[in-house]
Amino acid sequence: MPTPLAISAAGVVTIAGVALIVAALVVYLVSVIVALQRITRGLDRVIASVGEILEKTKPVNGIVTAINAQLDAGVDALEGLLVKKAGMTDAVGLLDGLYAGAGAAGLRNFPDAATTKAPRIAEVYTRGTLTLARLGREAPIATANPAGPVLRNVEYGSLAARLLYPDVRQGRPPAMPRSPVIGADAPVQYEQREDIGAPRKRMPARGRDAA
Amino acid sequence: MTLWWVGDAVLVAVVLPVVIVLLHRTLRAAGSIVPSVEAIAGAAAAGSKDLDAGALLFTTQDQATRTIAGVAEYGGSLDVILDDAERV
Repeated sequence: MPTPLAISAAGVVTIAGVALIVAALVVYLVSVIVALQRITRGLDRVIASVGEILEKTKPVNGIVTAINAQLDAGVDALEGLLVKKAGMTDAVGLLDGLYAGAGAAGLRNFPDAATTKAPRIAEVYTRGTLTLARLGREAPIATANPAGPVLRNVEYGSLAARLLYPDVRQGRPPAMPRSPVIGADAPVQYEQREDIGAPRKRMPARGRDAA
Repeated sequence: MTLWWVGDAVLVAVVLPVVIVLLHRTLRAAGSIVPSVEAIAGAAAAGSKDLDAGALLFTTQDQATRTIAGVAEYGGSLDVILDDAERV
């Protein structure tokens, strides 16, 4: 028959073990709760920031799409204008001269541009000369043989460029009427009037006429 | 009586360590999430701040519209001024 002391000793050990387990549960679970609360606060801040990001990026898609559409229209117009005015060969040569390798990429709306051999415009003219040639003189700058010598004369560049294609672009009158000379020393004075240079007329005074 | 002592021994030597180990691992896992969440919150806040310039896209769109309109006007003028390329 067990003694009361032995029963109580086993019970004390049981109670102590259960108490230790409960204490460990309390300590660790409270720590977990604190950690979860910190996580919740952090997630709240994340959600707020993500909400701001969503709000700020909401119009981006539409705006970028609209900008791209406008830029596409601009590129289409400029490509068409360039090919229309300069011709396919010159257009590819100009592009390749300004942006190396762009000629091989071709033009977006002109599939033939990719297969067009780009003339060596950039090796013959500088960029400024290219622009001035197209805008001012409309010279067919790429009609010469690319395998030939360099066309630009560094000492008489303007004259050489003008004489490159005399048969194509020199159809205008050889001597244009000169601009009129204006000013006080001009040989021809416009709006010639008798009263210019004459003594100034004196207007009669009202008071004297009445008297 | 002997079984009771055996149960006490199992309780103290097995159950209590197992409980402590499991709770410790749970706490460690929860604690490891906190720095990550803090970092994510900081990154999200910084990203939101970086997007403050997103409102300027409206200005960019307006400028792009005006630029393309100007380019179109210049193109129209050039189309009138310059002759078309001669067809070979």
